[in-house]
Amino acid sequence: MAADTPAPTDTEPLIQVEKFNYAYGDNQVLFDVDLNMRSEDVTALIGPSGCGKSTLLRSINRINDLVETARVVSGKIKIDGIDLYAPDVDVINLRRNVGMVFQKYNPFPRSIFENAVYGLRVAGIKDRHDLEEAAERSLRSAALWDEVKDRLHEVATGLSGGQQQRLCIARAIALQPRILLMDEPCAALDPIATARIEELIHQLRGQYTFVIVTHNMEQAKRIADRTAFFYKGRLIEEDDTMNIFHHPREQQTEAYITGRLA
Amino acid sequence: MNSTPTNDNPFAGDSSGIQQRETAARWGLRVGSYIVVLITVAIMLHIFVKGAPVVFRSQWPFVNTQFLTELPATLHVIEDQQGNHIETDVNGADAVKKKLGDHFRAEKTISYSGGGILGPIVGTALLVIVSVGVALFLGVACAIYLSEYAKHGKFLEMVRLAILNLAGVPSVVFGLFGLGAFVLTAPRFVGVPAERSVFAIPLGFTTISFEGWDTCVLSGGFTLAFVILPVIITASEQCLQAVPQGFRETSMALGATRWQTIRYSVLPFATPGILTSSILGIARAAGETAPIMFTAALAFKDKLPWQKDLPPLPADASIFAHWEQSVSRFLGIFTESVQALPYHIYTLAAKIPQNEYAERAQYGSVFVFLVLVASLAASSVLLRKRLRAKYRW
Repeated sequence: MAADTPAPTDTEPLIQVEKFNYAYGDNQVLFDVDLNMRSEDVTALIGPSGCGKSTLLRSINRINDLVETARVVSGKIKIDGIDLYAPDVDVINLRRNVGMVFQKYNPFPRSIFENAVYGLRVAGIKDRHDLEEAAERSLRSAALWDEVKDRLHEVATGLSGGQQQRLCIARAIALQPRILLMDEPCAALDPIATARIEELIHQLRGQYTFVIVTHNMEQAKRIADRTAFFYKGRLIEEDDTMNIFHHPREQQTEAYITGRLA
Repeated sequence: MNSTPTNDNPFAGDSSGIQQRETAARWGLRVGSYIVVLITVAIMLHIFVKGAPVVFRSQWPFVNTQFLTELPATLHVIEDQQGNHIETDVNGADAVKKKLGDHFRAEKTISYSGGGILGPIVGTALLVIVSVGVALFLGVACAIYLSEYAKHGKFLEMVRLAILNLAGVPSVVFGLFGLGAFVLTAPRFVGVPAERSVFAIPLGFTTISFEGWDTCVLSGGFTLAFVILPVIITASEQCLQAVPQGFRETSMALGATRWQTIRYSVLPFATPGILTSSILGIARAAGETAPIMFTAALAFKDKLPWQKDLPPLPADASIFAHWEQSVSRFLGIFTESVQALPYHIYTLAAKIPQNEYAERAQYGSVFVFLVLVASLAASSVLLRKRLRAKYRW
């Protein structure tokens, strides 16, 4: 799986978005987006609602293919130089290497254990011992093991919201992906649960390449190495997080981070 | 607001038209609901008062077991000189007459009103098993395809329209279709095609001949399956749609294929609803008369479907021969025509002269029928409750 391949050197970006145009039916939502994301970085995508940042995120693991009218107009998204929308790409293998955590924590109404090993089960792993090992490893990585180890076989929807979201993270990293996409992972959580998720992202930094969509600019400041600002389907500015928030080059960026653009 | 408050209270009610209309609307709706309740209670009471005494007894074992365990038979009623009525069956009639001797006054016979209703109960059960099996398989497959795979467009709209139309087809039309399609032309494997065979494909070792299945459980069950198919498709699709879209996205994002997603993360959570709807489908299938009139049901049959005369096996027959005969006896159940409860009730109520004995048999059958269907509906509600509690999100 992904973990076996050596990480590329820093000079080569892991994810390259090149002149990417994307549309729902006739309604184009992304225009000529060019964006590189380096391996092991945490990249935050910010911008007002409807600016296309979630669409871009959901194009990286092609989960947006589920939307019937969605289509790539032109351009490419590459991981390690491989075009994700090339005909020989198997979306199943792609998604095993690019994990995703959604805005609304949504563990399946099954046991905690079954949630943690879902990705492995559908990948065909049956050995009980392997599954248990993987469940413990991923739950430990998601800082959830100590809280749930005595009730692994209880239904996951009985956990608190923050625990459920960490279970969703554990479920995603059980497949040992290289990239973790997070679509507003804390939007449905209270401040304490949010802090724990952010702490978790700090702990996992360096093991995975994070791409995070967030509406919370303080959060972007706290966790992201790089930040990209989107407005009306275009990438306005992309830079080190500190530069974006303290020395934005573009007027629109400054207007957004100071709350004058919504 | 033409009337003004007379006292100092600015919030005091007035008798303006708005309030009167409000009261009228509330009472109109309330009366409508009361009428519905009243009618329901009237139906239930009517059936209960007239039917329960047939099925229940005041002495041990409190249930009229004969009514539930015997096949329908002709009832003989013998009257003596004192005007007493003695009920017996065809075998007991002579003995009773002999015993009465000079006291014998008159005898009358009432068709189908003696014995019990085991035959119709068994027939209805078989028809329901076949129809619900077929309809669930086709219906759930169709619902999954429509809900999970099909792309929105002209074709999907056409399919939905077709399902809607299927739901509106009168059931007697299904009956005639079943007669034409299943009874007279459905394909079967035969050695030599019958003369009426529409079309025959020789395969060497056997022949596929389109000569129909005759009136039998299979024909009736398939016909009934088409009657309840729209109910099952529509309900199943709604249940599938009710499963959160997030489950599908999450499952696919974890590298599951579409079918794995459906299998592990959609179907299990839709199953409670699908089962409920299928149990309601059972009630519908059990109750339909017209579709089985031409395809499966008989007014009278003196044998249960598995009581068929097979050639006796030789004493030294191998265990394999015994086994083969059991299998053919089992499969033979589905190629027999049967009695069914709704058709039996129709026969009792419309095909024989009416008197107190026929009426007793009618209400007894209706009572049993109602109890069976009501307990099915009740069990569907219970099942849904239990499964809902298990899978909550």
